[in-house]
Amino acid sequence: MSAYGDITKNGLWKQNSILAQVLGLCPTLAVTTTFTNAVSLGLATAFVMSVSNLTVASLRSFIPYEIRIPVFILIIASLVTVVDLAFNAWLHEMYVILGIFIPLIVTNCIVLARVEAFAAKNTAWQSAWDGAAMGFGLTGVLAVLGIVREFVGQGTFLSGIELIVPGTHAIQMLPADYPGFLIAILPPGAFFVLGSLIAVRNWMDARANKRAMLAATPVSAGA
Amino acid sequence: MTDATEPADKPVAVPPSALRVSMRSTLMMVLFTIAFTALMAGTYLATKPLLDASARDEKLKLIGEVLPTDSYDNKLLEDVITLPPQPELGLDEPSTVYRARKAGEPVAMVVEAAAPDGYSGRIGMILAVARNGDILAVRVTVHKETPGLGDYIDPKKDRNKARPWITQFNNAGFARIAPEAWKVKRDGGEFDQMTGATISARAVTNATRKALAWTVTRSEKLFATATGATYSE
Repeated sequence: MSAYGDITKNGLWKQNSILAQVLGLCPTLAVTTTFTNAVSLGLATAFVMSVSNLTVASLRSFIPYEIRIPVFILIIASLVTVVDLAFNAWLHEMYVILGIFIPLIVTNCIVLARVEAFAAKNTAWQSAWDGAAMGFGLTGVLAVLGIVREFVGQGTFLSGIELIVPGTHAIQMLPADYPGFLIAILPPGAFFVLGSLIAVRNWMDARANKRAMLAATPVSAGA
Repeated sequence: MTDATEPADKPVAVPPSALRVSMRSTLMMVLFTIAFTALMAGTYLATKPLLDASARDEKLKLIGEVLPTDSYDNKLLEDVITLPPQPELGLDEPSTVYRARKAGEPVAMVVEAAAPDGYSGRIGMILAVARNGDILAVRVTVHKETPGLGDYIDPKKDRNKARPWITQFNNAGFARIAPEAWKVKRDGGEFDQMTGATISARAVTNATRKALAWTVTRSEKLFATATGATYSE
């Protein structure tokens, strides 16, 4: 049980794929222009990571060590293709919206990183959960990036939600004549926001470390 | 670690030779490739009928947005001609022209066009041109314009839901707007654009003008070309 707890904690915060490992920036920068896009890609990635981790962990005893990387890439690319086709065929409405994101998942090196670092050494179900937890950690960061960029860039929240949940609509956060701020929507805006997020995370970690050190050495702290 | 304590006759574990390792690796790689290719091929075959059906629906839906379905009574997706690449329409690949007829009489044509000069590359469009030379409607089919900025050319992304930007072209024709005035206001023409995102609007407006001019001058001939045939000048 605690193994799963550790996996969750690592995925969501301690080894967060973006903030700690700084992996998978290509899709991160490309699609976090709005909250809706960001969360959609995040959840699709979480799903693929979970399935590819599960598959690799189940097959790991058959994969020769020397050629594991090409086999992993083969498995990930095949699974993404299958997910892409299945989405298109059976969830077509959703595919119209998320479709462009699914092939992008292949380019996200966090998928390969988790397969290599975790699924190749752990049991199938733990690996599946690790993929999901890493994916949710990624989704959380993408959501924050999306919210900030959308707010600064176009002054709205939940823009594009009507494509996913019919009948809803975006919320105008700033006056309707807000002219927009182009750089927040373009990739440099993503770098600015991401840099700030990593700085905040490092600051929080540094503070936590200092506290832990003070707590561990009460004598020298008092001196 | 020494093996002094071990019986002398115990065979020493010999690492497999490089040849064996590479043979085994190759075999496994081939097997994995076959298995996962089969998985993809199987999924593809299983989903193909559904994919084809939804691609057709998609096309009909898009055509339905530019051409009301009650304005014609022929089988629109079958009354088609092939157009070789047309630089004037911005197309460098063959495209399809759909011809709408009511009781056998020509009503309108749906043609594809493209603007090569969007802010982020090519903007694909379809437009329906009525027999009298007016545009019925224009829709953007593919584009990469900046989200939240230039993407208002697509009515689904336009924040003005009541009167999206692209509906300015509804029922516009050269009888009402001369070709010289068929530009965005920024360039001294008749069509609105959004401040700060003129390039996308300019690209669509100019491409629409060129496509309309191309279509109206060839209207007779396009309708007269045999169904399924390739159009030639």
